[in-house]
Amino acid sequence: MSITLPGNATIPAATADDYVATSHSFRHLALDFCRRQPFGAFGMAIVLVMAIAGLSAELIAPYSPTANDFAAMTEAPSWTHWLGTDQFGRDLLSRIIYGARTALIVGLTSSFVGGFSGLVLGVASAYFGGRIDMVFNRIFDVVMAFPLIIMALAVVSIFGTGVQNVIIAITIPLIPRCARVVRASALPIREVAYVDAARACGYSHARIILRHMVPNVMAPFLIMLTAFVGQAILAEASLSYLGLGVQEPVPAWGLMLQGGAEEYASTAPWIAIFPGVAIMLTVFGFSIFGDALRDALDPKLRDR
Amino acid sequence: MYRYIAKRVFLVIPTLFGAAVLVFALMRLIPGDICVVRLGSGGGTFDPRAVAVCHHEIGLDKPIWLQFLNFVWGFCHGDFGISMWSGKPVVTEIAARLPISLEIALLATAVAVSIAIPLGTISALKQNTWIDYVVRTIAIGGIATPSFWLGIISILVVLDVTGAVFGQPWMPPIDYVPIWKDPIRNLSMAILPAVTVGYRYAAVSMRMTRSAMLEVMREDYIRTARAKGLIDKIIINRHALKNALLPVVTLLGIEFAFLIGGLVVTEQVFNLNGIGRLFVQAVQNQDYTLTQALVMLTVTVFVLCNLAVDLLYAWLDPRIRFA
Amino acid sequence: MRSNLLAAGVGAIFACAAAVLPARAEETPQRGGILTYMIPADAPPSLDGHREGTYATIHAVAPFYSVLMRVNPENPADTTHFTCDLCTSIPTPTDDGKTYTFKIRTGVTFHDGSPLSAEDVAASWHEIIFPRPGVLSARQNWYSVVDSVAAPDATTVVFKLKYATSTFLPSLADPYAFIYPNKILSKDPHWFEQHVLGSGPFKFVSYDIGQEIKGERNPNYYHKSQPYLDGFIGIFADKQAVRVDAIRAGRAAMEFRGLPPAAINDLKQSLGDKFKVQTSDWNCGNLITPNARRKPFDDVRVRKALLLAVDQWHGAPALSKIADVKTVGGIVFPGSPLAATKAELEKMAGFWPDIEKSRAEARRLLKEAGQENLHFELLNRNVDQPYKYVGTWLIDQWSKIGVTATQKVVPTGPWFQLMRSGDFDVVVEANCNSVVNPVLDTQKYLPHDVFVENYGGYSDPVEADIYNKMLHETDFTKQRVLMRAYETRVVDTEAHEFPMLWWLRAVPERSYVHGWKIGPSHYINQDLADVWLDKQ
Repeated sequence: MSITLPGNATIPAATADDYVATSHSFRHLALDFCRRQPFGAFGMAIVLVMAIAGLSAELIAPYSPTANDFAAMTEAPSWTHWLGTDQFGRDLLSRIIYGARTALIVGLTSSFVGGFSGLVLGVASAYFGGRIDMVFNRIFDVVMAFPLIIMALAVVSIFGTGVQNVIIAITIPLIPRCARVVRASALPIREVAYVDAARACGYSHARIILRHMVPNVMAPFLIMLTAFVGQAILAEASLSYLGLGVQEPVPAWGLMLQGGAEEYASTAPWIAIFPGVAIMLTVFGFSIFGDALRDALDPKLRDR
Repeated sequence: MYRYIAKRVFLVIPTLFGAAVLVFALMRLIPGDICVVRLGSGGGTFDPRAVAVCHHEIGLDKPIWLQFLNFVWGFCHGDFGISMWSGKPVVTEIAARLPISLEIALLATAVAVSIAIPLGTISALKQNTWIDYVVRTIAIGGIATPSFWLGIISILVVLDVTGAVFGQPWMPPIDYVPIWKDPIRNLSMAILPAVTVGYRYAAVSMRMTRSAMLEVMREDYIRTARAKGLIDKIIINRHALKNALLPVVTLLGIEFAFLIGGLVVTEQVFNLNGIGRLFVQAVQNQDYTLTQALVMLTVTVFVLCNLAVDLLYAWLDPRIRFA
Repeated sequence: MRSNLLAAGVGAIFACAAAVLPARAEETPQRGGILTYMIPADAPPSLDGHREGTYATIHAVAPFYSVLMRVNPENPADTTHFTCDLCTSIPTPTDDGKTYTFKIRTGVTFHDGSPLSAEDVAASWHEIIFPRPGVLSARQNWYSVVDSVAAPDATTVVFKLKYATSTFLPSLADPYAFIYPNKILSKDPHWFEQHVLGSGPFKFVSYDIGQEIKGERNPNYYHKSQPYLDGFIGIFADKQAVRVDAIRAGRAAMEFRGLPPAAINDLKQSLGDKFKVQTSDWNCGNLITPNARRKPFDDVRVRKALLLAVDQWHGAPALSKIADVKTVGGIVFPGSPLAATKAELEKMAGFWPDIEKSRAEARRLLKEAGQENLHFELLNRNVDQPYKYVGTWLIDQWSKIGVTATQKVVPTGPWFQLMRSGDFDVVVEANCNSVVNPVLDTQKYLPHDVFVENYGGYSDPVEADIYNKMLHETDFTKQRVLMRAYETRVVDTEAHEFPMLWWLRAVPERSYVHGWKIGPSHYINQDLADVWLDKQ
C-alpha cells in the first residue's frame, strides 16, 4: 500500500516491520553509553570498584577493621599497613574497604527508600491536585526547611545509634526533595488529555499513576537517585562528624573523620586524608554517572 | 496576580505552624533534662533540689500545652523568650552570633557567583572540549568533597605551609571583630570558611549555569540570531545569558537558604561564633527555647526565599501576571 | 676508683646547684602582659558560681572573685593542707570539732570600692548552704552537716556543724564559693548570673557571648604585689583542634583543662622548647556501673566476672598514649593518703596482677552463673576523651572472656536521662570532683537510697553503714581502715561498680608563662593571681 500525495508522488506506507523495535541488548546499551559518555563511564567504574570493595570486604581486606593493636598505633603508611593505622592501631585500608560497605548501604538504602517514597508522594500530589496537593506541599516545605541535625539527634537519642537509625535520619529530608522535583515533572503530564481520557475509561487512580504518570517522570527521577546516593554519603559523614551518626567501632568513612582525624591531623595526617578521599571519590563517581545518565536520557542535550 | 500573591503569602502560615509543632514535639521527645546537664555535666555531684529550682526558673514545670501556647504566642509577637541554658534573651544570643554567619554567607555567595557564572558559561560554550571536562571536574569536586573535611585540610595546610615558610605557623584569628573595626583581621578570619562553603555553592551554581546555558543555546531564537550573523559575544550577553540566568538565580536563592543550615559544620571546624555553632550547642544542651527560635528563624528564611522565587516566576509568567 | 667517686660527688653537687639556681631565677615574677588562654567550652550557662557546675563558669569568672579559703596555689597537689584567701588562718575546730571560727582580713574592697566584711562572707555562705526559695545552690547537699553560719562581728565568721567530720574543711575550699557583696546579694540574688562584682585579682572588662571574656588588673588587690598580669583574655572554643592550633600559632598561651597525649605530642613537635607541659593525676576517673535492676547484672558473679576480665595494669600504659588516662587506682584519688597502696589494690578483683588467672576466674564465674555467651549493650557518653576510648578498650577486654558488648553512644543529655531512668545494661560514668575530699568524693558508690546520683540500682545497708562511720570518724588511721573496708565491699565483695583508670591532666603552656601550678582538678587554682609572663 502506498500513500499518494498531491502531485502524484507516492510514499510507501508504514509496515509492521517498521514498528518492531531494534533489539538492543544490555551489552549494546552499556557499550554505547561508554562510547558516548566517557566521563560517565569513568564514574560508573569508580562506583563499581567501591561496590566490589564493599561486597567482598572479607576477602580483600588485609586486617580486621575493628581489632585494636596497641603496638601499632598511628603508624605511617608502610608495606605492612598500606594506608597506615589509626590511633587504636586499626589498619586504615581495611577500615576504608569495610567503610565502602557501610557507605553504600547507607547511601543506596536512603536513596532508594527516600527516592521511591518521594516518587509516589510527588506523583500522587500532582495527580490529585487541589487540597491534597496543597497539604502535601506544606508538609514537603516543613520537612525540607527543617534542619537535618535536629531530626538526626532526635532519631539517635530515641532509637539509639546504629546504621539503620542513621538511614532513617538521612532518608527523611530526601523524601520531600524528590517529591518536589517529581511533582514538577508530573504536573504537565496531569494536564495532558490522555489522563482525563483514562479516567473516563474507568481506570483506577492507582493504575493511572503507576502506568501513565510514573514512567514519564522516570528520567529526572533516576538522575535524582544517583545524586541522592552522593548526598546521603555526605550527610552520613557530616552527622558522624557531629557525633550523631554511626558509632564506634563500626567502620564508616564519616566516623573515621571525626575525633581521631582532627586530633591527629598534624602528627598522623593519613587518618584524616584517606577517608576524606574515599568519600570524595565515591560521591564523585556517582555524580558523574548521574550527569552522564541525564545527558543520555535527555533528548535535548544529546550530542548533535 | 494579586490573588495569586495573597494566596501564596497565606500559605506560608501553615508551613510555619507545622514547623513549630514539629520542633516543639521533636525536642521534647529527645530524652534528657537541661538542668541535669547544666549541673552535672562536670561529673561532680549536685543537689536534686537544685534541679527542681532550675526547672521552675525556666518554666519546664508548666504543663506541655501551656509551654506550646507560650511559644507560639511569643513567636507571633516577636518575643522569643529566654534561653534555658544561659538565662539571656534568645534575641540577644542570636544577635551576637548573626554578624559572622551573615558575613560568611554573603562572602560565600560572592565567591560562588563570581566563579560560577563565567566558568559555567565557558563550559557550556565549549561543550565536550577539555575545558569543559576540567570545569566539570572542578564542579563535581565541589559537590563531592565534604565541606568540613575541606575545612580541616585547609587549616592544616595553612598551618604547615606558613610554619615551613615563615617558621611560625599562622592561623586565622579566632576572635571576631566587626569588619568596620579591623577589616584585615575580620577578612582573614572569614576568608577560609567563606571559600570552603563557597566552593560547594559555586559548584552547584556552575553546573546549573552550564546546563541552563546549554538549553538556551539550543533554542530556536539563538539559531536565528546566529543565522542573522550576530557575533557570538553579543548573542551570549544579550540573549542567552539573560534567559539562562533565571534558573540560576532561582538556584542561588534556594541554595542560600540551605547555606545557612550548611554553616553548621563549617562553623564547628573553624570555631566561628556563628548561628550554626549556636544551633549545635542549643540542640545538644536541649535548650528548648533557643532551639525553637533558631528553627523558626531557619524555616522562615527558607520559606521567604521560596516565596520570593515563586513570586518572581509568577511575575514572569504572563498567564499569572495578567490574570 | 676514688677519683671516680670524687668526680661523681662533684658532679652531683653541680647538678643540684644547676637544678636549684635556674629555678631561683625563674621565681622572680615580672609585672605586665596580657594572658590569652582558651576555655574548652562554648559558653558558661551563667556567671554565678553558686548555681553552676561547669568548669566554663570557673575558667571564665574565677579571676574576678575571692573565696574564703582554698587549695594552696603554691602547691595545689597537696590534698591535705589548705590556705586562706579571705581568712587570716585556717582554724582548728572547737567544741568537739563542731565549731569553726574564721577571722576575715581587713582592708579588702570590692571592685566598686565598697569594703568587704565578714557580713559579706557569711551572707554568701548562707546563700550557698541555705538558699532562699527560688535560688539555685548547686552544691547545697555538700553542706548538710552545717547547722548555722553567722558573722557575730565585722571580722569573724562562725560555722556550727551538727557533728564533727573531716569532710567539712575540704568542702569549704570549694572554688565555686565566690564571695558576693551582701548589699546586692540580699536584694537580688539573680544579679550575679549576668553581672560580675567581686573582690578578686582582676576586674571585669567585657564579655562577648560565646566569644571571649576580658579582665584587667585590680590595683587594690589585698595579696600584695599580685596579680602580676595586666589583664587576661579567655577565649571560648569547644573544639580541641582549634585550641591546639591556637596555642601552636601563638594566638593563645595555654588552656587550663588538659589535653590528651596526641595533642601534647603535636605541640611538642611543632613548638619544641617554646612549649612546656605540666602533668598531674586528675581527681576524675571513669567508673563502670552495671544495672543491678536488670538480669543478669543482679548476679554478683556476672558483675565480678566483668570486673575480672579487664587488665587495667597493662591497659593503662597503652591507653595513656592515646587517651588522657594514666593511673590505676581504687575508689579514692591516688594522690590522697586515704588511697589504697598497690599491694592493697592487688588483693581486690579487677586489680589482680596475674591477668590470666583473673580471666580464668571470670570465665568460671560466668559459667557458674550460666552466662557464658553474655551479650549486652554498653551505654557511653558521646565524649571522646576518654569515655569513648575507654569504652572501645573495655569491649575489647570483655571479648577476651567471651562476652560480646556493643556500644551505645549518646549525647550528654540522653546519657543522663537513660542513667536516671535505669534504662541501660552497663554504663560508663565518671566521678569528677574539684577539691580532693576523699570521703565525700566516694559518695558516688553509695546505694541510691542514700545517694540519689547513684545509678547502679542496688541496695546495700552494710556499705552505707561503713560510709556513715567513716563520715563521723575524725581519727585518720581509723578512717583509713574504714575506707579500705568500704572499698573492698563495693569493688571486691559486691562488685557494685568498678573504678576504672584515673585520668591524667596534662596542661600545655607556652614557655613564657610562669607561676601557675597544676593541681588535681581543673576547677581549682584558677584565679590567675600568681601567673606572670616572661617578656617575649
